[in-house]
Amino acid sequence: MSVAVVVFPGTNCEHDVVRALDVIGTDAELVWHRDTDLSGADGVVLPGGFAHGDYLRTGAIARFSPVMVEVNRLAGEGRPLLGICNGFQILCEAGLLPGALIANRDLRFICRWTHVRVEDAFTVLTRAAEEGDVLRLPLNSYEGNYVPDPEGAAGQVAFRYCGPGGEIGEAHNPNGSHDAIAGIVNEAGNVGGVMPHPERAVEDVLGSTDGRLVLESFVASLELVHG
Amino acid sequence: MRVRVDIVRRPGIADPEGATVRRALREMGFDTVTDVHFGRTIFVDVDEGDAGKAEALVQEMCERLLANPVIEDFTVSALHEAGEEAAP
Repeated sequence: MSVAVVVFPGTNCEHDVVRALDVIGTDAELVWHRDTDLSGADGVVLPGGFAHGDYLRTGAIARFSPVMVEVNRLAGEGRPLLGICNGFQILCEAGLLPGALIANRDLRFICRWTHVRVEDAFTVLTRAAEEGDVLRLPLNSYEGNYVPDPEGAAGQVAFRYCGPGGEIGEAHNPNGSHDAIAGIVNEAGNVGGVMPHPERAVEDVLGSTDGRLVLESFVASLELVHG
Repeated sequence: MRVRVDIVRRPGIADPEGATVRRALREMGFDTVTDVHFGRTIFVDVDEGDAGKAEALVQEMCERLLANPVIEDFTVSALHEAGEEAAP
């Protein structure tokens, strides 16, 4: 299995993603946003950062990068596609996921541990986990506040922000996201966006290894399509 | 032809800058201010002499890139050289 990790100008989490995938035994390759050859990729990750400086709107310019033609095609074929933080924002702007991400409710850049609960265990983000599992992941964003499509397009909720015991409520919603949504997938379940950073929670030295479940879900999805 | 685009947050989408400035204005004594909304203005210069065609082009630009319809509404208007609105 090989994963393409896309790098836009301003992306800054790509090396962490490659390392995290390596930790769980999966090969990954960096792909520059102007490359159009993803023929060797079984799946794609759009990592975190500030693609195109968040100019116009966060993620708005990245969707026009040449690589996105191939990314769109792979997504349409049912290949696994994972967007983390800025990657999630790009997927929403690209129309691969419904909704949008706007400024956090309290207008603070949030950089802290959060808990998320697995709401649906049959997605690219969660198939290695079980419904109700609580994961401790780092959140690191200013525009993490999820707003649904006005028509209420169905995106399946994969993760909700929660308390340490899985409790859902405003007190446990760090950024005001609608319905405490921390991660969603498309209707087909192969494209997933998650706001907190699973790649920063894969080794004990980082403070949590719960992020492995998200990446292992993504890798399991590669094997499903490949097999 | 210069075309002006005004983009505002859709009603119901949080506008914290607007809320903050509303509070500040009322505290300054402008207590008849009921609400403040911030938007963005973008000027697009198009090599097109007909105002209607220029507006239609920029309308498409708004739908495809300049505005995000999930969270924003927009208006488009072509301007005369003097900076006035073009006649419909």
